[in-house]
Amino acid sequence: MPFGLLKYGLSSGYPGKRFLAARPELKSNYDVVIIGGGGHGLATAYHLARYHGIRNVAVFEKGYIGGGNTGRNTAIIRSNYLTPEGVAFYEESVSLYRQLSQELDYNILYSERGHFTLAHTDSAMRTSRWRAEVNKHLGVDSELVYRDDLARLIPQLNLSEDVRFPILGALYHPPGAIARHDGVAWGYAGRAAEMGVEIHQDTTVTDIEVTDGKVTGVVTDRGRVSCGKAVQAVAGASSVIADMAGLKLPIRTIPLQACVSQPHKPILDPIIVSGSLHVYISQSDRGEFVMGGSTDPYPRYQTTSSLDFIEGLMSHVLELLPHLAEVQVMRQWAGMTDMTPDFAPIMGETGVENYYIDAGWGTWGFKATPVCGKRMAEMVATGRVPSLIAPFRLSRFENFDQVGEKGAASVGH
Amino acid sequence: MKLMNCPLNGVRNIQEFAHGGEVVEQPDPNRCSDAEWAEFVFMEANTAGVVREWWCHVATAYWFIAERDTVKDEIIRTYDASELFKDRVEFSRPEAPKEEA
Repeated sequence: MPFGLLKYGLSSGYPGKRFLAARPELKSNYDVVIIGGGGHGLATAYHLARYHGIRNVAVFEKGYIGGGNTGRNTAIIRSNYLTPEGVAFYEESVSLYRQLSQELDYNILYSERGHFTLAHTDSAMRTSRWRAEVNKHLGVDSELVYRDDLARLIPQLNLSEDVRFPILGALYHPPGAIARHDGVAWGYAGRAAEMGVEIHQDTTVTDIEVTDGKVTGVVTDRGRVSCGKAVQAVAGASSVIADMAGLKLPIRTIPLQACVSQPHKPILDPIIVSGSLHVYISQSDRGEFVMGGSTDPYPRYQTTSSLDFIEGLMSHVLELLPHLAEVQVMRQWAGMTDMTPDFAPIMGETGVENYYIDAGWGTWGFKATPVCGKRMAEMVATGRVPSLIAPFRLSRFENFDQVGEKGAASVGH
Repeated sequence: MKLMNCPLNGVRNIQEFAHGGEVVEQPDPNRCSDAEWAEFVFMEANTAGVVREWWCHVATAYWFIAERDTVKDEIIRTYDASELFKDRVEFSRPEAPKEEA
């Protein structure tokens, strides 16, 4: 053995600190309990600790951090939504994402690629123009482009008119980006843990105690803890957890599938999305083509992959990018999405005092991770609902005041 | 390929069917409160387990009821809606509100 190695072996500085502490014992009381150790829950914990000085916080995660939808999405980040409420919200998220690697001192591989939402029909062109105008009005870089622009900007794209759905133009959003989704969860978790947040993986919440309309404790398979406030951030299982607190939600749990190809040299810079064809595709920094489609046709609590999905998706991908025909699919998976009737999230108060919800993240949750963490933490810490997330309150359904976000991906409109 | 047994047409590919949502009792639209109506329109039990739902065989526009397990993705039983609904639903004109004197 080279002697040079010995000085590392004998030094007190080695081995380096664990990224996350081994699973700690449960305390009997926490100021805030966060149910769900995905990006949203961990970001909320980080913001509570870093910006609001609330560090007696526990995050309960049934599996491992980032193992749910945080690690199952196609990692696209953009803010070119349709409703002013949606655009303002996602724009704050994009601005937080842009400096997140610095904020967390952890490289999330944020990569701005430009995002094209292709339009194949006159009505899609009209909606694209509508979205572009709403976006520009709110300061978001977004414009309508036409076939000649597309030929220049994405030379790989099949612009033939001799296909089932010829391309007429696209909504072009230059700041559209991708990032390493697991890295987002790990970065938030690592920094939150350094500040004293306890992250309990492999800890299942089995009940929520509500006394006189107020949350008082959370029961897990490792014992009961009392808490001042609780937040649920468990997209996919939102209805199941909310039911423990006596709440009913306007959510259907529907699987959404995606796949990646084997890695190739970088040949596709932008992110290409087609709402009509239900395709989104980008090339990751590892060279894999990351591809997703529409949600499964019926609800279920399951993450199996289907041949129906991959057949449908590939027929559309190859219409857009025929040269990918020789590329082999390497891996296919599914996540369970929370679909709401108006394609907008549900955030805020619940009717149960001190119990907050972060749900309804359908196909738009990953891109909202930082803004959710920031604003959920602000709400928990101050007890006031930030105006940015007020439109997404749960009570909007009871008052027939939905958001109607038709800029969401993977869903028919 | 996943198969579903249509009570009218027999076993068919599940791609021929459309999911229609949970079977829930409709409150009387003329008498219920806005909150009750909103609950009926928007809220979902979204059960992880056995559910009872409306399904439609699209090609024949035939609506029926299916019981299935949303965790195992198994269809337990499908049957005609007449098993549950014996009476015809009348959509009568609401009573005019009484004029105040």
